[in-house]
This record gives sequence, C-alpha cells and structure tokens, in this order.
Amino acid sequence: MKGRPLLYTSYEADQGLLNTTSKKVMLGLFLLVLVTIPFQVIPGLQFLGQADWLRLLSTTAIFAIGALGLNILTGLAGQVSLGHAFFMGVGAYTAVWLGGPEDGPLLGLGLPIWIWLPAAGIVAALIGVAVGPTAVRVRGLYLAIVTLGLVFIGDYLFRNWASLTGGAQVGRDFPPLEFRWWKEEVPVIDFTTPSTWFGLEVSGIAKTFFLLALLAGVYTLLAKNLQRTRVGRAFMSIRDRDIAAEIMGVNEFAYKLLAFGISSFYAGIAGALLASFLTRVIPEQWNLFLSVQFIAIILIGGAGTVTGALLGSAFVVLLPRIVQNFTLWLQSLALEGEGLLGAIANVFIATSQTDFGLINTMAGVGPGLSVAQLNLVLYGLLIIGFLIFEPLGLFGIWLRIRNYWKGWPFTY
Amino acid sequence: MITGLVVLAQATADGNAFAQMLVGGISFGAIYALLAMGFVIIFKATSVINFAHGALTGLGAFLVVAFATVLDFPGRFLTSFPEWAQWTANVLTAFAVAALFGVLIERVFLRPMVGEALFAVAIVTLGIDIVVRTITNDFIGTQPRPVGAPWGLNVIDLGWVIIAWSEVIQIVVTVVLLVAIAMFLRTRTGVAMRATAFDQETARAQGVNVGRVFSVAWAIGAFLAAVAGLFYSVFPRRATGVDQATAFIAFRAFPAVIIGGLDSIPGAVVGGFAVGIAESAANTYLGFEFLGNGFPGIVGYLLMMVVLLIRPYGLFGTPEIRRV
Repeated sequence: MKGRPLLYTSYEADQGLLNTTSKKVMLGLFLLVLVTIPFQVIPGLQFLGQADWLRLLSTTAIFAIGALGLNILTGLAGQVSLGHAFFMGVGAYTAVWLGGPEDGPLLGLGLPIWIWLPAAGIVAALIGVAVGPTAVRVRGLYLAIVTLGLVFIGDYLFRNWASLTGGAQVGRDFPPLEFRWWKEEVPVIDFTTPSTWFGLEVSGIAKTFFLLALLAGVYTLLAKNLQRTRVGRAFMSIRDRDIAAEIMGVNEFAYKLLAFGISSFYAGIAGALLASFLTRVIPEQWNLFLSVQFIAIILIGGAGTVTGALLGSAFVVLLPRIVQNFTLWLQSLALEGEGLLGAIANVFIATSQTDFGLINTMAGVGPGLSVAQLNLVLYGLLIIGFLIFEPLGLFGIWLRIRNYWKGWPFTY
Repeated sequence: MITGLVVLAQATADGNAFAQMLVGGISFGAIYALLAMGFVIIFKATSVINFAHGALTGLGAFLVVAFATVLDFPGRFLTSFPEWAQWTANVLTAFAVAALFGVLIERVFLRPMVGEALFAVAIVTLGIDIVVRTITNDFIGTQPRPVGAPWGLNVIDLGWVIIAWSEVIQIVVTVVLLVAIAMFLRTRTGVAMRATAFDQETARAQGVNVGRVFSVAWAIGAFLAAVAGLFYSVFPRRATGVDQATAFIAFRAFPAVIIGGLDSIPGAVVGGFAVGIAESAANTYLGFEFLGNGFPGIVGYLLMMVVLLIRPYGLFGTPEIRRV
C-alpha cells in the first residue's frame, strides 16, 4: 500500500500500536528524551535533569500507573470509583508488611522487591474483587458513594491498625527501591544511591526515575493492549450500553468484577511504589483527595484513553510546581517590577502583612490564598473547566491539533 | 463546655444511658437529615449528585460566623431589640446569603452542564467542592470561630436525661423546616419542582421554567446546608465553632442519603436519623479501647453497605428502569 499510508486492509493493521510513521517517530523521540533527561544533554530541557524535577517526573510515573488503572475502570468500563486511594493504601501496606524490616517494632517480613511489588498489586486486586459484588450490584451514581465509603472505612482501618501502619499521624518507613535476590546484606541493585552504570555517573534519583519510568512503560503497554483485546471491547460495551452488552453475550457481572480487579491491581502497584518513593507515609495519605486527584487526572487527560492518562498525570503532578514558579515570578514582579507589569502583579500578590492581594506568598499572614491553596483552587477550576469546555481533555486538544496538521495545508 | 461535657458524661454513666444516647442521636440525626434532605432536593430537581454539599455546609457555617460575630449585620441596626433577636436576624441574613451562593454556583458552573452525563456533572461538583472549600477555609483561618449562639451551654436537666438547649432548638427548627418543605412541595413552585424531577423536558414543554426550578432547588439545598452547619458548630456538637473540618460533616451525611434512597425526601429524613442514632449508639456502647479512634465516623457507611446489600436503591428509592 505504498503512497496510501492511512489505508488499512485488515483489522490487525487498523488496531496496530504504531500504525503510522509519525507515531513511530514520536515514540522514538519521546523515549530518547526520557533516557537522556537525567544527563542534561538536550538543550532547553536541561532543567528537567535537576534533582527536584526528577522527583516530580518520578511521581508522574507513579501517578500514571495509578491513573491507567482508574482509566480501565472508569474510562473503559464506565464505573465511577472514588475508592482508588483505598486500594493504593492496601497495596502500600501489603508491600510494607512483606518488605518491611523483620526486626523492627512493626509488622514486616523483610522480603525483596520482586515479591512485595507484585504482591501489593495482587492483594489489592483480591480485595477489589471481594468488595466488587457489593459495588457491582449498585449502579451508576450509587456506586460513587459506595466507593466513597471505602475510602472512609479504609482510612479508619489504616489509622487504627497501628502495628502495620505505624498509627495515625505517625506512619512508618516503607521498603526502599532496592533489588535483592533474597535477604542479602547488600542489595544487588540499589535504585536510590548514586553509582556508575555503563561508564556513566548516575545519581540516585536518576536511577529511581529510570526504574519508575520503565515500570510505567510496561504498565502503559499492558493497558494499551488490554484495550485492544476482547476484554477491553467488553468493558467498552458495558460502558456504552450495559443491557445491549448483556444481550450480545457479555457477562456484565463478571466483566465489571474483572474491571474492578484490574483497576485495583494497578492501584496497589502505584500505592506500593508511591509509599516506597516517599519513604515515610502516614495513614492519612490515602484519603479522598488522592482519589479525586486520580479522577482529575483521567478527566483532564481524557477519559478512556491511555495517552490521556499519561498526559493527565504529568499535568496534575507538575501543576503545583508550575503554579509555584508562576507565583514567585509574580512576586518578584510585584516587589521589583516597575510600570504597568509591576502594578498588575501587585494586584494579585500580597507583598506585606497589610497589602491586599489574591495570592499571599507568606502563608498564614494577612489576606489572600497561599500557594498551596491557589493550587487547590486551580485543581478544582481545571476539573470544572475541562468538563465544561473540553470533555475529551488534553487528549481531545491533541486530537484537534493532529487532525489540523493531518490535512495541512488543505484543512477545509 | 468542659463542665457541660462532664455533666453529660456523668449522665451517661449513671443516668439513663439509653435515653441520653437517643437524645444525642436524634439531635445529630437532625443535622444529617437537613443535609440529606438538601442533597436529595438538589438531586431530584436537577439530577446532580452534589459532592459540593460539604463545601456548602462549610460556607454556610462561615457566613453565620461572619454575619453574627464579625459584621453583626443587620443586628447592629436593630439596637432596640434584645440581643437574641439581633443574633437571629444576623443568622437569617447569613442563611439568605448562603442560599444566594447556592444559586450562583448552580448558575455559573452547573447550568452549562445540563444534559451532560450524570457522572460528568457529579465530578464537576467535586471540583466546585475543592474551590469553594479552599476559599472558605482561607477566610476561616486556622483557629475555630465560635458562632456566638445566645443559648450558650445551657442544659435542661430532667433527672433521667440531660438535654442541651441547642438540641431542643435544633430539633424544633428541623421539624419546622421538614413541615415547611413538605408544604412547599404542594405550592405552585413545589409542583413545578416535582414535575421537573419527573422529566425535565416534559416539564419544560408544560411551561415550567426549569431554570428557575434549578435555582430554587439549589437555594433550598444551600440554605439547609447552612442550617446544618450552624447546628454542627454549637454545643454539644463542636462548641469551639466553625473550623476547616466543619465541611467534612457532609461526607458523613452521604450514607443517610443512600440509606433512604437517592430520590426520596422522606427517605433522607429517615436515613439521617438512622445514621445519627447509629453513630450515637456506637459512641455510647462501643468503647474507644475496643474499636479505636474514629469508629462513629464510619458507622453510617457500614450501615449503608448493609442496606445496599438488601435493597440496592435504598429503603425508599425508586429502582432505575433500564431500557435498551
């Protein structure tokens, strides 16, 4: 089919992962950028190699895994769940039970990562399937509140099971990202301390970033493939019209349960990785806000699309940092800037205790929102804004750009 | 407040613990009933699952603080009246402003979403919750703000049970509001609201101003949330006043809605009192040593799970009719 690159003659070709040249090129470039980020070689993107940005990018990778899971449940199967944080907590505490120190005061078996990471996913999935029947029985909007209940019940359990979780407001340390075959003294690969890989100096955070990016890549591929199989199509048919799906022979109950299981598996893995990455986590971490963040990710990214889940994670994780930088910039303008720009910035920033401004960079002093509060408000407004103006999310915006250039210069 | 708690604790220990538990449960249940009822009215009229109900509660409670203690409006112009009347006037003004905020929120954020998937609209309300709650919390600040209720910490000691004045007032107000809403649903606007709840498009075709019904429903919802916010912030609930956690009370009222059935106003009332009494019973009979910290907070959700296992649409909810 030379010269007709968009003509597909088979279903396989149409469903291919990399069915156009531009997809291949872009994926290649993306991977190249990912690999070179910590070495700060690409001009213009060097700042991403700094330790704090690498931390943000690693968090993005973890959130992407969690978001891919919620995307399967909410985006593909159409079941609104606010219980994602609960399953992440289950994963995290499974991980720490298996991977935590044996001789410590809290529960722990000292097992290596290749046991506790998959186990975190599997236990979360089993619990997801166990609570599934209650959740699957209720429909639509009732489900959102049932899963909301899961978060509160989980919060209660995590706070009170002090021998496992460390107790309310105290928390405990989680097993670090280290690879051991069994319980050796020195780990085979340590993903948190600097070392030399293939003759290159790699910092600890860079190694963490590589590991998490690799895991995110694997789970992205799995999610993408799931979407293209019989199971994925069954999920989508349930989402679009459940009775019609049942009439066509899709076992609604079984597939909803399966969606719950897979989504919880992803959540468990993401929870274990997040806890391990943050090293110390209090039980209150797994709260409703975390669930809402994941809902926000898939809505801002574009529900039902794998690319959207990735874009949304990057957006939601990097947003606080961008807002912070923006506020600092506004502040410097307000304090030092002259003329119109300084005056405009002054309206928004409270520069002293008595000054009025929408944003206050000194938290708790004087009127105005702190940077953290501004972040929250922007989160909320973005969720609202995307749902009202761009229901397809960032992926929808990307689609429009792509379709514009596809026909360029004959865009009519 | 401390003495009040000691008196209550003594009554619980040596008096009629069951009666005391029931009083606490009913007065707490009244708060839940008010919240659940507002939630159901909004859901019935506009088909919106309102996750921002907590934010409305926090906002309403803060407005009460602002009007009653900070602004003293319109009380400062009513100097010839007794103090409690001034306070009542302030609080009623605050309720009216809270209702206006409800109308405003619906108008700005939810009107553009009419006709969209219910799930998408529900998530919009989550966004509204974050925005409104954050801004309200910034105004509330880090310290609790007392609402300055004129009845203070006074209690009525009947010997076998001790009732706080605020509980009496609260139960009376709740009953009055329940009757008022039952009567309102029989007025012209109320009938229009019920018609809209039944079928928005048909109601519109019959000449019902659906937009106005939406506004009225949100005004009532926000008003009831503000009343609940006030009663949650007085003795013997949280006598320190309104703080950043006040809004979370609505999350404990959600099970009440589901237990009663999402679209049933009587159900919301029954569910509210059921959750209130269940929490109070858990507080009285299931000790801290046995079940740990914060168990009453999840009693409602456990009750909800049990009810849903038996009746997936709640006690009084209408089963959804599924068509291909």
